[in-house]
Amino acid sequence: MSELVVILLGTVLVNNFVLTKFLGLCPFMGVSGKLETAIGMSLATTFVLTLSAAMSYLLERYLLEPFDLAYLRIIAFILVIAAVVQFTEIMVEKISPLLHRVLGIYLPLITTNCAVLGVALLNVQASHSFIESLFYGFGAAVGFSLVLVMFAAIRERLEVADVPAAFQGAAIGLITAGLMSLAFMGFTGMANR
Amino acid sequence: MRNFSTAPAPHILGADPVSRVMRDVLLGLVPVVIVYVIFFGVGVIVNILIAAIVCVGCEAAIMKMRNRDVQLYVGDLSALVCASLLALALPPVTPWYVTVTGSLFAIVVAKHLYGGLGFNTFNPAMVGYVVLLIAFPVPMADLWLSPVGDGPGIGATLAAIFTGSPPVAGWDAVTMATPLDRVQGDLARGMMMTEVMADPVMDSAVVSAWTWINIAALAGGIYLMFRGVVRWHIPVSVLLGLAVMATLFNISNPDQYPSAWFHLTNGSAVLGAFFIATDPVSAATSRRGRLIYGAGIGVLIYVIRTWGAYPDGVAFAVLLLNMAVPAIDYFTIPRAYGEQRERK
Repeated sequence: MSELVVILLGTVLVNNFVLTKFLGLCPFMGVSGKLETAIGMSLATTFVLTLSAAMSYLLERYLLEPFDLAYLRIIAFILVIAAVVQFTEIMVEKISPLLHRVLGIYLPLITTNCAVLGVALLNVQASHSFIESLFYGFGAAVGFSLVLVMFAAIRERLEVADVPAAFQGAAIGLITAGLMSLAFMGFTGMANR
Repeated sequence: MRNFSTAPAPHILGADPVSRVMRDVLLGLVPVVIVYVIFFGVGVIVNILIAAIVCVGCEAAIMKMRNRDVQLYVGDLSALVCASLLALALPPVTPWYVTVTGSLFAIVVAKHLYGGLGFNTFNPAMVGYVVLLIAFPVPMADLWLSPVGDGPGIGATLAAIFTGSPPVAGWDAVTMATPLDRVQGDLARGMMMTEVMADPVMDSAVVSAWTWINIAALAGGIYLMFRGVVRWHIPVSVLLGLAVMATLFNISNPDQYPSAWFHLTNGSAVLGAFFIATDPVSAATSRRGRLIYGAGIGVLIYVIRTWGAYPDGVAFAVLLLNMAVPAIDYFTIPRAYGEQRERK
């Protein structure tokens, strides 16, 4: 039990995927213009990341490993992720059209979020069990969401700030991301793994 | 019958100019500086001077580059406050280039790239300090002077800051780990709290030196509250957050976790609560938001001190919550008087 808490806290704060592993930077910079869209993206990513972490574990454990197909891992995982994303979109559209309208275009975008593939590959590397993989994926997604929502709120504020012309837009966004990463260094040393 | 003047609103004129607020903050820092000088020698004043020259110089240069009114922006004294807070966080004999690097980062990157006073997302002084903690970990941890016994004289302090040459007796004779640092290290080595307290660093004279520094910070903070510069929400919630966490863990296992009193009287918790967390630009603005923000800082100070790799967590905690401020403000917009809550 405490093992799972360590994984969860470790992925949300200490080894945050965006700010210390630098994965998933494209949606981090791309979808953080407005707070509402950032929240939508976070929800969609959380769902997909958790599910794809579980699916890729099953694929690795019951297909790639027994048949010695480890060299197909990356392609196979990408395929699974794309399928999970598509499945999610179809399901959400059928079950809750409202949610589908909220998440909208963000669902397909998740396929290209490298954090999703990163979680699947890191799970294999750390030889996590099924439950551990699930928590690792969920923690990574919560960490991603937390940082994305805070970053979007900051950027909304920077829109109206008197930033020097040369640093407006993406430049000050990247500097902010760097300073956020600096602040997250405060968590070093905790939940070492 | 007397004639009363019947002018329309606004009746209260003359908002506090920024320079008055900043002057009060500087005055509030005076007791802390005095106690620092008593225990650690004149090094801290040299550090404040170096940081102030760099900060004010850079601010003036940037304002000139941007064709702004240099006098107006430098005259608001905010660069001096930033310089003083950064210098107070540094060890008393920090080499000059370390102080200069930190000041440059604080004023240029954290403040003026964001558009200057009023727009900086992060507390500039703490950005400068955290950069130094990560870039120069050794001087930041090892150059704390021992507050007891004869420290290096004025000449030796200046020599240490500007040439890096150690005092005659060598560094080991005059420096000593701070109590926070020592407790963290000893507990990590599996020692019990009673054993840690037997260490020479935990000598009552050393501990009381740090207690005096925090009492001076409290005095300065009460002055700020009295002057209306700082409202009670943030300092109280920071200190309560830290104290509640420390008490809970201390009760659960007194051998592993020092008491709330130890946490409040060591390091820069009180200084951080009154002077750093309350920065009007990077702190939350609504009342509820301020309580959340303060409590978050208090809890994170405890978490980083107890389980993190750095002995003190004030700077990191403040930056982490600065980062969350726009989101906190967004979700705690106060209800306007008479407004109905939306029915779901």
